[in-house]
Amino acid sequence: MQQFPKEMFQPASVDLSEAEKISKPSLSFWKDVSIRFRKNKLAMFGLILLVLLVFMAIFGPHMTKYDYSTNDLMNTNKPPSAEHWFGTDDLGRDIFTRTWYGARISLFIGLAAALIDLFIGVLWGGIAGFRGGKTDDIMMRIADILWAVPYLLLVILLMVVLGQGLGTMILAMTITGWINMARIVRGQVLQLKSQEYVLAAQTLGASTSRIMFKHLIPNAMGPILVTLTLSIPSAIFTEAFLSYLGLGVPQPLASWGTMASEGVQALQYYPWRLFFPATFICLTIFAFNVVGDGLRDALDPRLRK
Amino acid sequence: MLRYISRRLLSILLSLFLIITATFFLMRAAPGGPFSGEKKLPPEIEKNLNEYYGLDRPWYNQYFDYLVSIAKWDFGPSFKYKGQTVNDLINDGFPVSFFLGMESLLLAVSLGILLGVIAALNHNKWQDYGAMIFAVLGISVPSFIMASLLQYVLAIKLGLFPVARWESLQHTVLPALALAATPMAFIARLTRSSMLEVLSNDYIRTAKAKGLSKGQITVKHAIRNALLPVVTYLGPLSAAVLTGSFVIEKIFGIPGLGSQFVLSISNRDYTTIMGVTVFYSILLLFSVLLVDIAYGLIDPRIKLAGGKKGE
Repeated sequence: MQQFPKEMFQPASVDLSEAEKISKPSLSFWKDVSIRFRKNKLAMFGLILLVLLVFMAIFGPHMTKYDYSTNDLMNTNKPPSAEHWFGTDDLGRDIFTRTWYGARISLFIGLAAALIDLFIGVLWGGIAGFRGGKTDDIMMRIADILWAVPYLLLVILLMVVLGQGLGTMILAMTITGWINMARIVRGQVLQLKSQEYVLAAQTLGASTSRIMFKHLIPNAMGPILVTLTLSIPSAIFTEAFLSYLGLGVPQPLASWGTMASEGVQALQYYPWRLFFPATFICLTIFAFNVVGDGLRDALDPRLRK
Repeated sequence: MLRYISRRLLSILLSLFLIITATFFLMRAAPGGPFSGEKKLPPEIEKNLNEYYGLDRPWYNQYFDYLVSIAKWDFGPSFKYKGQTVNDLINDGFPVSFFLGMESLLLAVSLGILLGVIAALNHNKWQDYGAMIFAVLGISVPSFIMASLLQYVLAIKLGLFPVARWESLQHTVLPALALAATPMAFIARLTRSSMLEVLSNDYIRTAKAKGLSKGQITVKHAIRNALLPVVTYLGPLSAAVLTGSFVIEKIFGIPGLGSQFVLSISNRDYTTIMGVTVFYSILLLFSVLLVDIAYGLIDPRIKLAGGKKGE
């Protein structure tokens, strides 16, 4: 065995200041989230897709010389060509123009419904969670009872009674749509309100609404954002479903739902009339879903599968 | 357990009361009376009709009568089909819809679980990606588009299945598949993620260390525990199958309650819309209750006493 004389050993220098140094740049929570999100290829793909879709919804209808509602009975049911990029429908309307015009309406319905749900849900869930006790009991009981009402049946019923239209459709969707958001916000608030910083804010005399909007809601933003992203495609889905039942936006307005349900009827002879709106419905729903999933994974890495 | 069930029953009754009240007043607020068709009816006839259906009485009487008759399981006459009651329509249509619904439920659950398990066992291999692409497709394609495409490709172009109608078991394959597509995709995703979670648990490692075969571990330890979230999905699943049937039955010309409902919407047959909505609500509320009870029975760790959904 080899011998190690004592002289070979040296005391290691311990530099206490070294241990305090931060080797990585400090990241805020949202920066961290965005880094994780950007690593997720599928979610990034979905995000790019969404940006493209929104871009086309804004500029698409102006790229052609046609109008979304002008009939051209000399050119009905034309297949895609240089004249009409996506072909024309049974009234000779240009499908390219209508598709992007429909994108505006479908995306608007999705966004509007989701934002109204967000507004009501955050208020309702926030108050219920923060107040607790009897208030919480009563508010959540009401939400539970409304939640049991079958969503699509109620929406159909409302559409039948209120009549077709953009506003009524959004109203019908949001009448029970906010409950999901309210539950999630309530759960978050219940969890967060016992944290020390809330107590600190209370001791410093902050008002309830300040605690709510400055402390609780921002900290619950992650789950709220995910729920928001995932509720947009379900609104677009509902819109398509209602259109198929003949309860969609009235003519000559075009939404993807109404275009697809007209296209379904003409599928055997003029398949392009279904192909374009259907493809974009699917792409949009797909994109929102992967972005939502990606956001959830990025916000809470423990959940990542 | 009994306390829980009675509490749930009470809240179901409350929800039902709300639904019935809402349908009643919504339908009263609907534009156009039940007899305002293309032709204007002579006032005498309209008066007689109103009397016959009890529409001339004050609204609170009508409302009370409606509550009582629903409690007696009587949904009243159809305003568009003379001589038929809404009960007749339900009795005719529901067995067909029920059969179709059960078939697609079975398809969705079995194929969905199978896909999910295969994907989880081959995590990050081509089987996983294949199954998940399939699932994403199922989730992103609206049911009426899926149904029309299936009908167009498999029935009209390839002639593998009958195009429409409701005659033999063969006729049921395509509609059941179309109806099952979206829920199947959800179940596959759910099964996959819960399988992956279960497979990373310590008791799986223990089972491996004890020398159990892969098949035994998968079947006895992993799948059994991974299926719990799938059971909770059965409630929303029945809702999805039910509302999906409106569209599917219409596309495939199936004489079920779903297509009847769609027809009554376009006919503005108010009593039928009301009756079928209430009927469907009862159905859904009780199936959700059943699922919750089953969940408590399967997994003793779940405490039912709280009685709050989503917790």
